[in-house]
Amino acid sequence: MTVTTDDTTHSHVQVAQAAQPAAQAHGQQHPIKLYLLVWGLLFVLSACSYLVDYFDFQGYLRWFLIIVFMLLKAGLIVAVFMHMAWERLALVVAILLPPLAVLVLMAMMAWEGDYTNYLRVIFFGA
Amino acid sequence: MTAEPVTTEHVTTESTLRSSLHGMVADWSSDQRSFKSASWGKAMMWIFLVSDTFVFSCFLISYMTVRMSTTVEWPHPSEIFALEIGGKKIPLILIAIMTFDLITSSGTMAMAVNFAYARERRKAAILMLVTAFFGAAFVGMQAFEWTKLIHEGVRPWGNPFGAAQFGSSFFMITGFHGFHVSIGVIFLLIVARAVWRGDYDVGRRGFFTSRKGRYEIVEIMGLYWHFVDLVWVFIFAFFYLW
Repeated sequence: MTVTTDDTTHSHVQVAQAAQPAAQAHGQQHPIKLYLLVWGLLFVLSACSYLVDYFDFQGYLRWFLIIVFMLLKAGLIVAVFMHMAWERLALVVAILLPPLAVLVLMAMMAWEGDYTNYLRVIFFGA
Repeated sequence: MTAEPVTTEHVTTESTLRSSLHGMVADWSSDQRSFKSASWGKAMMWIFLVSDTFVFSCFLISYMTVRMSTTVEWPHPSEIFALEIGGKKIPLILIAIMTFDLITSSGTMAMAVNFAYARERRKAAILMLVTAFFGAAFVGMQAFEWTKLIHEGVRPWGNPFGAAQFGSSFFMITGFHGFHVSIGVIFLLIVARAVWRGDYDVGRRGFFTSRKGRYEIVEIMGLYWHFVDLVWVFIFAFFYLW
């Protein structure tokens, strides 16, 4: 606390701080070293995904590598930069589970897209 | 001074809370609030981000659908986003630079959160300004990319490289992401100003909410910024690399 103004301001700040529930008063503070490490890892992983394109890998190997590097990067960002690793399980589950429903929509639309493509080939002879 | 509501009812220190699955059940079945370690501000930002996840998911899934269903060959992003540097054509280089730029901004943002909680407000504000600078640079590169593609004849309804749906997917997905980055830059500048002035030390009321802020706002701001980076990870993988 670096407040050196008059007394009223000071006591005001203290009251304001006391008003915060204890569980959130200290916030998320982690060593800078950890952030630099994750930063470095994200650089390496991004370079890896770029190299997938640069070396022009094709087919399943390309898709597999893209997905792996993507998920690793997303995991690092959410876990460390967004502090999910230190949140309570109640929040983690509430935030990370619902987006999985997107996979259902993805499966349905993949099916649909495939079917549309099939019909176009059959009827328009493309 | 007694007018301040002292919320003693949920003073639950981390040590009294149980961990793992038992803890989760206890949190969800407990009185008053389920998120014991997150303030309402943080929880609401997370819930907003979940809703935003669905928006971007819908964009990416519709892109997948049109790409799967078209019988025309999909344009090659690797060639379209190549740049000529020193007389040599390097594939996808602009997008790679944009990716590194955004990751760097995420790193500086994470450090800004740390310094804000440590009450080193000058360092926190400067790091946030650096973050905003990288964000603005990203939007600038995107504007360059859009200009280049529009000159080459890419339109939402067609392009000279292949499937017509390429243009609409590209403009919609990168446009919406770029809009998020732009809003983030504005948000960063506002919070950086407040941190620099020491608004959260003296309890100055915000211009919009007329409420006193806390240094936690920097962390919440950070959540939004990292999310923008996170979305780019998926766009980079699915739109540019696939």
